[in-house]
Amino acid sequence: MGKRILIVEDEPNIVISLEFLMKREGFEVEVATDGEAALMAVGESAPDLVLLDIMLPKMNGFEVCQKLRADPRWRGMKIVMLTAKGRETEVAKGMALGADLYVTKPFSTKDLVAQVKELLGSGT
Amino acid sequence: MLQGWVIVLVAFAYLGVLFAVAYYGDKRAEAGRSIIANPYIYALSLAVYCSTWTFYGSVGRAASTGIGFLPVYLGPTLMVALWWYTMRKIIRITKAYRITSIADFISSRYGKSQMLGRLVTVIAVIGVIPYISLQLKAISGSFTILRHYPRIVMPAQAVAQPILNDTALYIALMLAAFTILFGTRHLDATERHEGLVAAIAFESVVKLLGFLVVGAFVTFGIYRGFGEIFRLAQQVPRLRALMTVADTGNTYGTWGFLTFLSMLSIVTLPRQFQISVVENVDEDHLRKAIWLFPLYLFLINVFVLPIALGGMMLFAGRGVDADTFVLTLPMAQQKEALALFAFIGGLSAGTGMVIVETIALSTMVCNDLVMPVLLRVKWLRLNERPDLSRLLLSIRRWAITGILMLGYIHFRAAGEAYALVATGLISFAAVAQFAPAIFGGIYWRGGTRDGAIAGLSAGFAVWAYTLLLPSFAKSGWLPASFLTEGPFGIPLLKPQQLFGLSGLDEISHCLFWSMLANIGIHVVVSLAGRQSITETGQATMFVDVFRRTQAPERSGLWRGSAAVEDLLPLLGRFLGPDRAREAFLAYARRRGVDSPEQLRADADLVAFAETQLAGAIGGASARVMVASLVQEQPPGLDEVMDILDEASQVRAYSRQLEQKSRELEAATAELRAANKLLQELDRMKDDFMSTVTHELRTPLTSIRAFSEILLEDPEIHLPERKRFLAIIVKETQRLTRLINQVLDLSKIESGSAEWHTTELDVHEVIRESVETSSQLFRESRVELVTSAGTDAGPRVMADRDRLVQVLINLLSNAVKVCRPGEGRVEIRLGVSNGFLRVDVQDNGPGISPADHETVFEKFRQVGDTLTGKPKGTGLGLPISRRIVEHFGGRLWVESELGKGATFSFILPLEVPAAKAGPELAQAAG
Amino acid sequence: MMRSFRGGHVKRSGITGQRLAAIFLMGCILLNYPILSLFTRPGGGIAGIPLLYAYLFGAWALLIGLMAVVVERPRD
Repeated sequence: MGKRILIVEDEPNIVISLEFLMKREGFEVEVATDGEAALMAVGESAPDLVLLDIMLPKMNGFEVCQKLRADPRWRGMKIVMLTAKGRETEVAKGMALGADLYVTKPFSTKDLVAQVKELLGSGT
Repeated sequence: MLQGWVIVLVAFAYLGVLFAVAYYGDKRAEAGRSIIANPYIYALSLAVYCSTWTFYGSVGRAASTGIGFLPVYLGPTLMVALWWYTMRKIIRITKAYRITSIADFISSRYGKSQMLGRLVTVIAVIGVIPYISLQLKAISGSFTILRHYPRIVMPAQAVAQPILNDTALYIALMLAAFTILFGTRHLDATERHEGLVAAIAFESVVKLLGFLVVGAFVTFGIYRGFGEIFRLAQQVPRLRALMTVADTGNTYGTWGFLTFLSMLSIVTLPRQFQISVVENVDEDHLRKAIWLFPLYLFLINVFVLPIALGGMMLFAGRGVDADTFVLTLPMAQQKEALALFAFIGGLSAGTGMVIVETIALSTMVCNDLVMPVLLRVKWLRLNERPDLSRLLLSIRRWAITGILMLGYIHFRAAGEAYALVATGLISFAAVAQFAPAIFGGIYWRGGTRDGAIAGLSAGFAVWAYTLLLPSFAKSGWLPASFLTEGPFGIPLLKPQQLFGLSGLDEISHCLFWSMLANIGIHVVVSLAGRQSITETGQATMFVDVFRRTQAPERSGLWRGSAAVEDLLPLLGRFLGPDRAREAFLAYARRRGVDSPEQLRADADLVAFAETQLAGAIGGASARVMVASLVQEQPPGLDEVMDILDEASQVRAYSRQLEQKSRELEAATAELRAANKLLQELDRMKDDFMSTVTHELRTPLTSIRAFSEILLEDPEIHLPERKRFLAIIVKETQRLTRLINQVLDLSKIESGSAEWHTTELDVHEVIRESVETSSQLFRESRVELVTSAGTDAGPRVMADRDRLVQVLINLLSNAVKVCRPGEGRVEIRLGVSNGFLRVDVQDNGPGISPADHETVFEKFRQVGDTLTGKPKGTGLGLPISRRIVEHFGGRLWVESELGKGATFSFILPLEVPAAKAGPELAQAAG
Repeated sequence: MMRSFRGGHVKRSGITGQRLAAIFLMGCILLNYPILSLFTRPGGGIAGIPLLYAYLFGAWALLIGLMAVVVERPRD
């Protein structure tokens, strides 16, 4: 059964690269370009994993993560935070809000793909 | 029924109750819930003043002199009115400087003189021994009398009794045992005994009740009220004479002197000092005490005259000693229980006095007499002993026993010579010698140590000569001619008529001469000599105590330090290691550190150790001990006066200081504001940095991601490959642009940018900008219109490249927001007021007024959300603004949503508008 | 447990101290010669109590009462 990944990112070029990477691995991909759209997308299609940027218009990634985690429906959903903000405080905040993984940009494509596969491979 | 063993049993039972009360009081104190922290208890405890002298002796005195028993109670009544000032000061000094006895007080005041401490202790012991012996006499006498119920017999002469049969001896021993139990169970640094105070308050109630009950019985039981007693007494000539006093100067003199004497004694008696000063828990308790204590005295004296008169009438001719009426009257009326109660009341009065007095004396003996000697003589041995608290306690126990034995010896030797009251008055006169040293000490800074020693010695000598020796003579230890003709037959030196002063009773006589000598010599010697540094310091500390003490632990005059490692064991030796550690711990916490080891070795610590030690071994000894540890440089007199005169200096400069502090406040407020601003800017800089890094990382992400993708996967189709590469290139360009702009902005802001300012023709500049941007306009299919012709335009002083940069920035912004095909951008020029004005107007979506300033903020881009993420770095406008401002101009925007935007800037014209052309016509706009 | 002594409010209770000092002076006068000599005449009496006694105890009680009032009601 194909896993679904939601990409939440407002930089078009980065979207393209992520989309390419995930599709290449056989995942289904959906894209949202701001926080509110992300929540709606989650509600509609229940992805298995969310690649979540932090600097988003309308609602930032932390808020999205918090809202997702607050919802019991999405408890099994994996959340990977992707962002250019790499300060320790941000990392801690992200992990505290319930992210499964926190990746700083620029990222290594190999590593990111491997980690995504691991998160989706294990798990219920 | 009242056999000997019954009486003994009841007596021990009562003492047992007393002890239980004391024990309970101590336990509550240890638990932190003191029961004596109560002004009523304090006021009651003061009634330890009333001993068997009051219980038995007053009646005896009244029987012989009528109202003559009263001054001893009027004096304290008057004195306590002044206690508001004096006692408060004494208590404050005592608490602030950890004084533990009257000897400690005087010695401390006069330069911590051990000599004075010794002198005071010796005088106190000698002076009070007669007083103690009179208690023994009263208790043993009352016991003997009661034992012979129903017969009323007077106790035989004490001398006639063989010692081992002498009840007084056993009473003395028993009292010693009880005193040891009450007062020497442990060492308290402050020498307070909460249990003891509770017990004393209790026994004050018992003795008052006892006396009142007997009095009521005599007045209303035997007779029918006050009126009848006096009426009946009037009919007896001898008694009638008692109804009034002889209208002679002698009488008034005696009256006055006795009143004055008791005024002093209420403070200087060791037991009074102990109870009212050392045991005081709260200064405010003085309030209630000031009227409750006189009320107590009043109540316990109301029935004295009725009892005396009644006894005289009932026992007329039977040779019953008036001192015993309180006991013998109930006995005569066959009231056994009442008689027993009266006995207990008398026992209570006597034991209370003896216990407190002896404890106070033993403390002084230990701290001021024995310890200093021991410390000096057997120095090495004491140094090695880890725990001296046991030694101190045993010294005190021996002192208690010794004092009581001395009391007993006095009783056997001289107890019969005087009635109870007279004996007591001799003690009063002795301790009164302390008064000049004390009261002078707290009000007169000039009193010196030598003056105090001289005055005290003189007063004591006069007392001994005029009262003590005569008492021996009257007991037969000295020839009677000593009194009647003076020593060696010199009439002027007759002990009780010194220098021919006759007409005064012996007490008044003694008081007069001893006070004259004491005060006179004290003042003269003090004025004639000089004070040592320590004396001056102590004097000021005492006299100015109210001004100095909000902080009880003053550093005093220590200049030097000792480490905790030395001080702790020293304290441990005298207080016991546990108590010492506790004290240091509490002190450490107060200083804000966790453990005593972390305390700084400074003068404050030394002073703290000294005061703690003073509680155990007295102030003078403590100073010696601590000084041995401290490498101290005694301060010079100048330094001392400087330290001590701080207060006056500060007062003199206080206005200046006030003003300076106001200025300081203002400066501080400014500083605070500046600091806030700085922090704000710092934060902004942090934000900038973090945004820059974010902006840099974003294109880098794409570049890296696509590079890796292309590297890993050779199978990608060509179109996709080209697409990805194009993205890489574009992002690289974006990155470059961003880096350039960031550097540019930083250079401009930090002032390190290079400016090549020349005179410029604005038309030329506009033309150049238009040309450079023309490609962009063509691609976007946006129309560009300009009124800048090819002729010479206005001239400004600016950097050509930079000005072009500004215009290109504005133009490219305009192009980006215009809709392709419909867009129109116009450049307008104008001149007015010496300024050039350039407008760049577009017909794009416009900018809402709320964002007019936002667009000029770094990294802020206001974009139409429909068109997606705005392109550009967000730094163009901020840079343009700074460039324009650098040349003295301004850059702003005017716009409304839906109506396009006009970005305008002005620059000062280089030349006055002499060569203005047709453009001037547009200057009106 | 020793409760630390409280700072003396000498200034605040200045008036009380002064009043007490006044009572002291009054007592000194009332209870001594010469006022005392007024009452040393033999005979006389109040309710059977000789004059001197009645006066002394009465004056004493008065002083105590005044002190109580002054101390317990500091500011009138």
